[in-house]
Amino acid sequence: MSADCLRQEYVVSGNNFASAGSASEEVKSTLKKLGVSSADIRRVAIAMYEGEINMVIHAGGGVATVDIYLDRIEIVLADKGKGIENVELAMTPGWSTAPEDIRALGFGAGMGLPNMKKYTDKFEIESEVGVGTTVKMTIYFH
Amino acid sequence: MKIREIASTVDGMILCSPEMADTEISSACAFDMMSDVLAYVKDQGALVTGLINPQVVRTAVMVDISCIVFVCGKKPTVDMMKLAENYNIVFIATDYDTYEAVGRLYSAGLKA
Repeated sequence: MSADCLRQEYVVSGNNFASAGSASEEVKSTLKKLGVSSADIRRVAIAMYEGEINMVIHAGGGVATVDIYLDRIEIVLADKGKGIENVELAMTPGWSTAPEDIRALGFGAGMGLPNMKKYTDKFEIESEVGVGTTVKMTIYFH
Repeated sequence: MKIREIASTVDGMILCSPEMADTEISSACAFDMMSDVLAYVKDQGALVTGLINPQVVRTAVMVDISCIVFVCGKKPTVDMMKLAENYNIVFIATDYDTYEAVGRLYSAGLKA
């Protein structure tokens, strides 16, 4: 992290579905204050919100580290959840392991990871079963 | 179309953020899955939904939706309304189902 970077760290609680998304909201509001375009803010908001929801649904929460630079934002979402057995499969649009109660809340349509990839310029995911999952996303500002 | 006209078009009631009722909205979308809102929304200003939980509001915040129409006589919770007020999001409740509500709005000129 260098001096031209604004770092924010959020603990995403795993047992409070109602509050999921509050970190994304804060980042969205910070970017607005910094004068980032609304199109870029929307990409960041959607990608990070999907990640937050994933951590709540699948991993019992985690930590979001957000580094904001003049030209980009880097988001790292790290959890110590059960991990993803087959990352390639998890990236398939529509493929979901979310339980029925999560679907009843309007999530778990199998669009989370594909969406995060779609809205970001760089997307990396590392996962190990029983250890956890780390997602790194970069979005450049236009 | 102004938000208050959306309310009258679906014979609905504005439940919160009434001070925003003169906001102009040019297009709308209808989803029950918030996952689908995040995946398929373009830049619609209004969402028609039958889903009731706080993540409906959070999803709307993320994609800059400023009006949510709840169908089938479903009423959002007080917590949802408080959250919506924070973000100046207007709630409208209508007794129509999604098909009827969307049909009326589309016929009245609210684009997809």
